[in-house]
This record gives sequence, structure tokens and C-alpha cells, in this order.
Amino acid sequence: MATQAKKTQVSMKVNGVEVEGLVEPRTLLVHFIRENLQLTGTHIGCETTHCGACTVDLDGRSVKSCTVFAVQADGSEIITIEGIANADGTLSALQEGFRMMHGLQCGFCTPGMITRAHRLLQENPNPSEEEIRFGIAGNLCRCTGYQNIVKAIQYAAAKINGTEYQEAAE
Amino acid sequence: MIPGPFTYHRPGSVADALKLLAELGDEARPLAGGHSLIPMMKLRLASPEHLIDLHGITALKGVVREGDRVVVRAMTTQHELLGSDVIASILPILKETSLLIADPQIRYCGTLGGNVANGDPGNDMPALMQLLNADFLIEGPDGQRTVAARDFYQGAYFTALEPGEILTAISIPGPASGHGYAYEKLKRKVGDYATAAAGVVMTMEGGIVTSCSIGLTNLADTPLWAQEAGEAVVGTSLDDAALKRAADAAIAIMSPAADGRGPVEYRKHVGGIMVQRALKRAAARAA
Ligand SMILES: Cc1cc2nc3c(=O)[nH]c(=O)nc-3n(C[C@H](O)[C@H](O)[C@H](O)COP(=O)(O)OP(=O)(O)OC[C@H]3O[C@@H](n4cnc5c(N)ncnc54)[C@H](O)[C@@H]3O)c2cc1C
Ligand code: FES
Ligand code: FES
Repeated sequence: MATQAKKTQVSMKVNGVEVEGLVEPRTLLVHFIRENLQLTGTHIGCETTHCGACTVDLDGRSVKSCTVFAVQADGSEIITIEGIANADGTLSALQEGFRMMHGLQCGFCTPGMITRAHRLLQENPNPSEEEIRFGIAGNLCRCTGYQNIVKAIQYAAAKINGTEYQEAAE
Repeated sequence: MIPGPFTYHRPGSVADALKLLAELGDEARPLAGGHSLIPMMKLRLASPEHLIDLHGITALKGVVREGDRVVVRAMTTQHELLGSDVIASILPILKETSLLIADPQIRYCGTLGGNVANGDPGNDMPALMQLLNADFLIEGPDGQRTVAARDFYQGAYFTALEPGEILTAISIPGPASGHGYAYEKLKRKVGDYATAAAGVVMTMEGGIVTSCSIGLTNLADTPLWAQEAGEAVVGTSLDDAALKRAADAAIAIMSPAADGRGPVEYRKHVGGIMVQRALKRAAARAA
């Protein structure tokens, strides 16, 4: 039988703030974020690496925080939905896009969608509709049918690039 | 969905990782991207007492050319394969296949080393490594050894890897320039493991197939190199009869499990279709 694993100290930068905590090695990053840091915007949907509701940005990669141990993230930089708004507290282009285009209904998938879309737009500032759909394939939404989520991301891309958002003809 | 308790180690070198594995024995497991191992630990299908995280070992990262081979170090992620110019120009089939694995978040974490070391028949890279005749470079307490991908898989989750060993790199011979390639994967939805999948690399001259290698995923409890199926099309113009001969030869070696992805007969049937589609698409790309 394993001797009870000792707790270890982890530290990381979350939304620009240095944080620390004492965790068991088996503590999942999502639980560290929600319970230790009390940042409950990151959601737990499936716990099985399928739904993407727990997506956060870890050192420039979108990851499902239900499938990463907090100890693996020791020393890393993390962005959660709470870190997405502009520094002055106004809505970022992505948040505004989700609002303007009705990119959410119940809102459960939204934190994961927005943090994923954040990384997608960093890597590909001007994605096609197909690239957006492929890029958010790891995030499930049970309400919207994705149509308005795609539009929300297109809206944000246009705003970031300083162009006018043109809704495609149906 | 909380895994059992374990102690976490993050060694900085392969030598340190090997030392830890030797000291801690059977209860220690390497941790790569964790996207096969952590889900299994959450289901308590695996409960290692020690995890040796290979993440901090920079020598296990990167894609390099060595003569006419491409060496992919074990901790290179599927996402990094997609961004590699060497892969895009020499082994485009790896790029095509990476895009068909899971979803973006999982590709940022999952490594080629983990994918081939795991031994899950649902993993897509092992069949590719078999059809490309790749070698797996392994380091252990007794030094280094090389095992061909075609000899590595013994059964579901049983491989030639011994406890205490680490797979450090995958060395892949570059296919002839102008080769055609395709990976055809039938899945129930984006992000799913294959119901059936087939990979093909071939060369053609004047409309005639001059060489062809075929690999099959999730159609037995190991990946399969369908040697006879590949040979069945060499010397042909890939007419319907040759396609059917190849599919039949491939089906003859399939023994898929019946599970949520379908009954045995169905999976063999669609496996044959994947072979034919991959052959046709590879031929269309062969220069
Ligand atoms: C929802 C979901 C869908 C997926 N779909 C697919 C799919 O369609 N196709 C597919 O191929 N994969 C799929 N995967 C699996 C994914 O690609 C994994 O990341 C991959 O199989 C394992 O790589 P890893 O780096 O995460 O390895 P880990 O999970 O860290 O390790 C897997 C196993 O290999 C061992 N290991 C890892 N690296 C080494 C090494 N260097 N030396 C020795 N032993 C090692 C570990 O000890 C462990 O036993 C999916 C995963 C999820 C969660
Ligand atoms: S809760 Fe992590 S993927 Fe669903
Ligand atoms: S808005 Fe309800 S799940 Fe996406």
C-alpha cells in the first residue's frame, strides 16, 4: 500500500498574479483553481477530457484542466476566464463578441469556449469559419448549436484586426 | 474522478529519470502528456505510486533530421508535429494523422512518445510507425537499445518496453520524395478514437505502383502492418481488382473487438473501405 503522499508546495502565475498553495500531487489543476484559488469561472462538465468546460490557457497552450495535475503546472503561467477582460475591466473583444452575437444560452460552456478562442486567435488572428470550427472541436456546447459561437469569434477577430464584422449571408 | 495517491517526481535528465525508475521499481510510471494515463488513473484502471514526469527533460524535445531519417524525440507533442517544417516536408502523413487525433487541447499535451508507448490499439500513431518502418530508441538500466515498431506491440497495453525503460525517440526513415500518402480514419465524431483506420505510403511510376506500405489502426489488439495488402497493389495501376485484393488481404488479418464502435463484421467491412480510400487518395498524391 502506498504511504499517503505528502502535500507539496506549488506556485504559479494565474491571471498575472503570483499564487501558491499546498496540494496533494493527485489534485487536479481544475480543483486547485476552483477550490484553492476560488476562481470558479472555470467549469467542470464531464471530468473525462471530453467537454472542454474546464479549458484554461497554460503557458500558451489551451488545456483541459481536469486532465492536468496542479503539480504539473508548478512554475507555469495560467489564464482563466477571470483573466480575459481588458485591464480596465471592460469586456475584451471576445467577451463582447459573445454578448453581441448571442454566443451563449445557459453559459456553462462559455468560459472554456472563450479561453480556447483566446488562444486560437493568438495563433491564427484571422481564422476562416472552418478553422474556427476545427479549433473549438474540443469544446462542447449543449445549447447554441455553435452557430452563434462561431459568429462571436468572427466578431472578435474582426474587432481585434480593426475591420468591420460582416455577417455571412445565410 | 480523483486518482489514487502518488508521489510526483520531475527529473531534469534522462539519467535521473532512469535512476528514479530503477530505485522505485514496478510502482513507478513515466508521465508524458498524461492524456492517456491521467484518464486511466481517474478511473482507477491505473494507480501508480510514483509518477516520473518527463516534462522537464529538454533532451526529449524536438524534431531533427539525421541523414535521410527524421528523429522525433519522445516528448514532442502532436501540436508541435503540426508546426514542424521537417514533418510537413518529409513526413506529411504525420501531420495529416495528428490533425485526426482527438482535439486541439489534447494535441497540445499528448506526445508522440506517449502515443506509441501507451499500447492502446486505439492510438493512431503506432500503425503509422509500422507502415513507415520506424525504430523506437529505448534507454534503460542496461543502456540503449532499438526496437522496430513492427516488433514492439504484443497485445493491448503490452509492448516490448520493460519496466525501468524510457522510450527516448522515434527514428523514421524518410519516404522517397514524391511519395503519395493518406491516413483514412472513420470515427463516430471529432475527437473519437478510430472505428477503423488505414494509413498508406506509396510510390508510383508511369501510373504503376512501385511500392506500397499499409498500416491499420484499432482493427486488432495491436496495430497491424498489412504487408500482403501492400504487396497486392505493387505492379498494378490500382484498378478496382487491385483495390479489392488489397482490401481483402487487409481484412484477412483484422480481428477487431466488438464494442461501442460496432460489431466485428462491421468494423472489418469499414476497415476494408478505409484501405481502399487511403490507397486511392495516396495514389492521387503520388508524383
Ligand atoms: C478524449 C480523448 C480522445 C483521444 N483520442 C485519441 C485519438 O483519436 N487517437 C490517438 O491516437 N490518441 C487519442 N487520445 C490519446 C492521446 O493522443 C494521448 O495523449 C496519447 O495516447 C498518449 O500520449 P501522452 O503523451 O499523453 O502519454 P501519457 O498519458 O503520459 O502516457 C501514456 C503511457 O505511456 C507511458 N509513457 C509515456 N511516455 C513514455 C516514454 N517516453 N517512455 C516510456 N513510457 C512512456 C506512460 O507511462 C503511460 O503508461 C485521446 C485522448 C483523450 C483524452
Ligand atoms: S471537465 Fe474537463 S473536459 Fe470536461
Ligand atoms: S451555452 Fe449552454 S452549453 Fe453552451
